[in-house]
Amino acid sequence: MDFFLTLVQVLDSTIRLATPLLLACLAGLYSERAGIFDIGLEGKMLMAAFFSAAVAAVTGSVWLGLLAGIAASLVLSALHGFASITFRGNQLISGVAINFLASGMTVLIAQSWFKQGGRTPSLFGEGRFESAEFPYAIGPEDAELTGRPVSELMSETNALHLAYSELLSGHSILVYVAFLMVPLTWWILFRTRFGLRLRAVGENPAAVDTAGVSVVGLRYAAVAICGVLCGIAGAYLATALQAGFVKEMTAGRGFIALAALIFAKWRPWHAMWACLLFGLLQAVALRFQNIDLGGVVIPVQVMDALPYILTVVILAGFVGKAIPPRAGGEPYVKER
Amino acid sequence: MEKMPKWADVVLIPIISLLLATILSAIVILAIGEDPIEAVNLMVTGALGSTYGWGYTLYYATNFIFTGLAVAVAFHARLFNIGGEGQAMLGGLGVAIVCLSVPWPHWTIALLAACAASMIFGAAWAAIPAYLQAKRGSHIVITTIMFNFIAAAFLNYMLVNVMRPQGSQDPATARFPEAVHLPTFQSMFSTAENVMFRGAPANISFFVAILACFVVWALIWRTRLGYEIRAYGHSETGAVYAGISPVRITVIAMLISGALAGLMAINNVMGEAERLVLNATEGAGFIGIAVALMGRSHPFGVFLAAILFGFLYQGGAELALWTSIPRELIVVIQALVILFTGALDNMVRIPLEKLFMALRKGSA
Repeated sequence: MDFFLTLVQVLDSTIRLATPLLLACLAGLYSERAGIFDIGLEGKMLMAAFFSAAVAAVTGSVWLGLLAGIAASLVLSALHGFASITFRGNQLISGVAINFLASGMTVLIAQSWFKQGGRTPSLFGEGRFESAEFPYAIGPEDAELTGRPVSELMSETNALHLAYSELLSGHSILVYVAFLMVPLTWWILFRTRFGLRLRAVGENPAAVDTAGVSVVGLRYAAVAICGVLCGIAGAYLATALQAGFVKEMTAGRGFIALAALIFAKWRPWHAMWACLLFGLLQAVALRFQNIDLGGVVIPVQVMDALPYILTVVILAGFVGKAIPPRAGGEPYVKER
Repeated sequence: MEKMPKWADVVLIPIISLLLATILSAIVILAIGEDPIEAVNLMVTGALGSTYGWGYTLYYATNFIFTGLAVAVAFHARLFNIGGEGQAMLGGLGVAIVCLSVPWPHWTIALLAACAASMIFGAAWAAIPAYLQAKRGSHIVITTIMFNFIAAAFLNYMLVNVMRPQGSQDPATARFPEAVHLPTFQSMFSTAENVMFRGAPANISFFVAILACFVVWALIWRTRLGYEIRAYGHSETGAVYAGISPVRITVIAMLISGALAGLMAINNVMGEAERLVLNATEGAGFIGIAVALMGRSHPFGVFLAAILFGFLYQGGAELALWTSIPRELIVVIQALVILFTGALDNMVRIPLEKLFMALRKGSA
């Protein structure tokens, strides 16, 4: 039972840690499927994390915070679109610039507004996303009723009930949003006209243009969707996973999401599994420092590096080749 | 016919981009309730007003010359090496191993060995992404980003588990022995009655960096290999037609790029810290991107841009010391420079080209 309890707790933590990765990964999916490379996911998440926490702290409403986070992320998306669609600049350089812009501006504004060394005040109550309790699941309410800690109640119940309470129930609403986005993204991309056009514009924009559909419009739409999802991801980090913004709080998650996207070969369902895998690695690294496998000790740094190593292996094409959308990274020039 | 004269491309566009970045930075400073003119004053006196300030400015500039050249060489082959940070970290590892494992009689020999080690380690770290790009077609930008993270984890492991001296809590190597300490500007330029550059970290590596500028210039514009690199960067199909092997050029350009980024370690690890610490590179690998873009991938331009960023770094540190403007202002300026000189290049270029075309028509 002890082992099972640990397992369930690690999986629970996996879901929490996979959520921001999944949102950012799907964000990148829309953008890159439309032919706009986006290595600025990290920056957009960071900006959203700051503004959601800042607005939630000032207004006391986490929903206003979420909106502010999405808006901030959309501003950076617009900048990326402006540079890479309108002015046909280098999308990768634009992404690099956006990451630095976010990294600098968040601390600058945080210091100017809150004077707490580049962080926002801690969020509490209405300023944070609360976890949703499913019926019959063990949660804080049961703990209050019986006067005993949740962990004790958890360890006494049966396996199914435990898994239900820890894994399915008790997450913030954004977690469910993230996982519902997976089938929705699949449906949009592969079952709607918009999705078909979006994928076409990433493979062969000239054909889309010939069909009389606006390449620029479609790409801006994709970049905007990417901004919204990155915004939710950032808001989740600052207002649900943690209680407030701290400097550089994304900690490379945008790049892990990018790695997951390649790992998933730009497909929504695979993206979910890739994010869960990378989330699991993070959860394991968080819980156990160095893992002892009967004499062979795996240092924690291996866990940290594993997502990147796996991605390089996938990119190298040794385990199935990852082929990006064909027109990715290429600005579209209508007339030559 | 070219759309505009060469001087406009080389001088005017970077200056306009820099101006735009400066104006926006001033607006940012205003927005957080500080005085931009006062800020510039503080930065200039702090970074250029004393030999101490210059000692820091040139120390930072040395780092940026190396990483800027690294990005520039890769740019010439139309490769975007974002991995300078990781390559410089590995260069640091090379320097630390060389300095700690051999009892060097004199710093000159140690410096030569450290140069070689840092270049080999940096190049080795660039070799895998280069090979994967050349042979397997995996995108160099993504692989070099991944390698930055892998380098950080690897260095963390080496410092915490392998190279940390017994009984030390600090994730860092032991101090390098006295014999391998590089001469600083203070010891080089001070006279008995007049102490210059007191306590500043600028050291002899600055001259190695200048030498590197000349070597890169000669390599790119005066050798057959340089010609091949530029030809490949200009047009891959054209280069293939001329019998230039894309695989060979990709790998060689990335090896040179990685070696230059690794070479930065003689300045920050051997010259300044005199031991290897976590995060010794402090983002210099990324600043190389801004420096190379700003300097139009020319060694002289890289040199000037590196001095500019050295000034911004030291000036930014002074600002953080005397005002409530945090050091991150420099990151914002860096982002704006990358944005305007890199991604939004066309925003400046297209109107300027139109202007020159109109002028030409008027005079004809």
